[in-house]
Amino acid sequence: MRRILFLAPILLLVLVLAGFGVGLRRDPSILPSQLIGKPLPAFSLPPLSPDRAGLATTDLAGEPVLLNVFASWCVACRVEHPTLMRLKAEGVNIAGLDWKDEPADGAGWLGQNGDPYARTGNDRTGRAGIDMGVSGVPETFVVDRRGRVRYRQVGPITPEVWAETIAPLMAKLRAES
Amino acid sequence: MLAEVGQFALILAFVISLVQAAVPLVGAHRGDPVLMALGRAAALLQAWFVATAFVCLAASYVACDFSVALVAQHSNTAQPLPYRIAATWGSHEGSMLLWVLILAIYGGAVARFGGTLRESLQARVLGVQGLIGAMFLGFILFTSNPFLRLSPAPLEGTELNPLLQDPGLVSHPPLLYLGYVGFSVAFAFAVAALIEGRVDAAWARWVRPWVLAAWIPLTAGITLGSLWAYYELGWGGWWFWDPVENASLMPWLLGTALLHSALVLERRGALVSWTILLAILTFSLSLIGTFLVRSGILTSVHSFAVDPERGVYILGIIAATTGAALALYAWRAPALRTGALFAPVSREGGITLNNLVLVVLAATVFFGTFSPVFIEILRGDKISVGPPYYARTFAPLAVPLLALVVLGPMANWKRDRLDAIVRRVRIPAAIAGAALLIALLAGGWRTLVAVAGLGLAAWLVAGAVAIPVRRWWAGRAYLGRSIRTTPPAIFGLALAHAGLGLLTLGVTGVTAWHQDTVLNMQPGQSVAFAGRTVALQSVEMVQGPNYQARQARFEVKGPTGSYTLIGERRAYASSQTTEAAIHVTPLGNLYISVGDEADGGVVVRMWSHPLIMWIWTGGFLMAFGGLVSLSDRRLRLGVAARAPAPVLVPAAAE
Repeated sequence: MRRILFLAPILLLVLVLAGFGVGLRRDPSILPSQLIGKPLPAFSLPPLSPDRAGLATTDLAGEPVLLNVFASWCVACRVEHPTLMRLKAEGVNIAGLDWKDEPADGAGWLGQNGDPYARTGNDRTGRAGIDMGVSGVPETFVVDRRGRVRYRQVGPITPEVWAETIAPLMAKLRAES
Repeated sequence: MLAEVGQFALILAFVISLVQAAVPLVGAHRGDPVLMALGRAAALLQAWFVATAFVCLAASYVACDFSVALVAQHSNTAQPLPYRIAATWGSHEGSMLLWVLILAIYGGAVARFGGTLRESLQARVLGVQGLIGAMFLGFILFTSNPFLRLSPAPLEGTELNPLLQDPGLVSHPPLLYLGYVGFSVAFAFAVAALIEGRVDAAWARWVRPWVLAAWIPLTAGITLGSLWAYYELGWGGWWFWDPVENASLMPWLLGTALLHSALVLERRGALVSWTILLAILTFSLSLIGTFLVRSGILTSVHSFAVDPERGVYILGIIAATTGAALALYAWRAPALRTGALFAPVSREGGITLNNLVLVVLAATVFFGTFSPVFIEILRGDKISVGPPYYARTFAPLAVPLLALVVLGPMANWKRDRLDAIVRRVRIPAAIAGAALLIALLAGGWRTLVAVAGLGLAAWLVAGAVAIPVRRWWAGRAYLGRSIRTTPPAIFGLALAHAGLGLLTLGVTGVTAWHQDTVLNMQPGQSVAFAGRTVALQSVEMVQGPNYQARQARFEVKGPTGSYTLIGERRAYASSQTTEAAIHVTPLGNLYISVGDEADGGVVVRMWSHPLIMWIWTGGFLMAFGGLVSLSDRRLRLGVAARAPAPVLVPAAAE
């Protein structure tokens, strides 16, 4: 009986390591979306403040666009933010979805850090996000001219992710008619 | 040329570490003094070669040798010299090199100063250290070589992440690594004891200072990290329960438990196999922390360089070291005889309780940190665990532990009576009660949590002060002499426990009473905030050495007088950082962070953080207490041991 007590630590370790081993093979930032190839679920969200533009599904057609889900309480969004500002400066069309956030907090956040979004919708209850299968922030959907989701990025867009994955895809989508 | 010298030194160090891993273990097994001496020489040589490699890399940074890929990726000529040096460990490869350097220095120290140890024990400790060193040197050489060349060499390098260009970075990672890696010595001692199958007084006397030597920099490093995040990240927070912060907190919790259980082992010869298990687990959690930061298994703000392939390698190292150690533990530990018995109410009993709570706290943090990984595997869901989880699990466990901290040092060894202990703490209890009452009268019932926190802080500080005072009171007939002869360890204990009290004070203040607001300010405008009047005087652009900044100047009139604060929003080549304007007083900080321009003014976010500086004061005081304790002659490394007969010998075969 006493032996078992001394064996417990290594048994636990085996379990933990097995978990890590499996966990490692899943890249936490790649999550296939049910939506790939399908149109975005319809939503129409109010703006963060009266002087800004709100966001509806109909705004996301015509040109390829990045739909970036963020929140003022999200730490990783702050890490992603400079990259988005750079993309905006390069002329990339980005729409923002402020998820589970008070409109004033979201507006304050954009005011303090800079606003990379052409339009921003406030999803205070998180309902629109749930329809899209958002699991956390930040998350980004690449939407094509016809409003269909073509790619989903879970976690921040880093310069590497942009250069290696999203930029080529955006170029391809722009070339599509 | 330098890079090649460094590369060559690293390869030599790897080969030597293989020798160090094998020869002394064989020597100790055969009782061959020549082989054991070879182990000591190997440890010293390994330290020299790793140091050479590290200096070569640092020199490449100083000389701006952009033909070295790592240098080109993390520095440029405009970067100030201190940050070019700090960039040496600002990258993954460089920080792993620092890791190995510290490991090799500790190994060299055991070889150099371990002369009073039993020779076979020293040889086994060095052998285990050599094994760990070989694994990590192999990791560096095969997956993350810092000395790769670029051809053609670029004329100018890119940039170190601007968040890392701060005095905090110069000392924060080395301190943390001193702590993490320091626990490798305790680990090596534990494994050596398991191989030998015996734990004696000399073993216990040796382990405690090493644990302390790791615990001090870890405590200081975590405190510094929290302080750095507070003023550099511009989020106005001091602890975020981020996976990487948790990675440093878990070894700290277990290391603190180990520090206390080693004390029991040293004084009373009890908790033998428990202490060994703690030593193994503490270092394992340090390794898991490294894994977490380097593998990208969890998304974190801190993960500056992640790569799943490296994660697999580190996972292999964890499996090899911890797995082997725990297997050895399962095999050999049952044969270690348990030490002296003690009553539940006694100092040993108190420390056992402290250990249990600390281990459960560490488990709570572990579960919170890694449950996203496991839940995803089991259910396929992605979840994230945030501060609410810790508020519900960590705090309810930590608060009773804090309340019990005062009682432990008041209890006698072996056996004691609860009523006697309570009588000894009546003065601290009265002081805490008075503080509670004053806070209650001032704050009322609505701030009950804050009131309780203030009472707890007063209880901890008064209880800590009571430790030396009680001693002096007992010897009051010869007061001068009894103060002079108080061992430093007593002061260390009192300082560390008082630090915990100050930490409680700070956490309480900032949790209960912090305020914040976001607003758009025009130059000349002034607002009232948290009992102060804040006026924005001017906003202008200024040029720094490698950045441009929008600088805002504030005039603040507060209850403690008027002062000027300057906040900056800095634009570096690749990203932006916020230099918050912070006014620090013992009663509370005013924290202003400047955002982007909007409608001719700037967006300003203000926080009032009452009592927050006591969090870091407390943390540093704890580390200082450890330092004072380490200076105690009785603990000093290498003090000739007039060892009594071994208190513990292997139990006879059952």
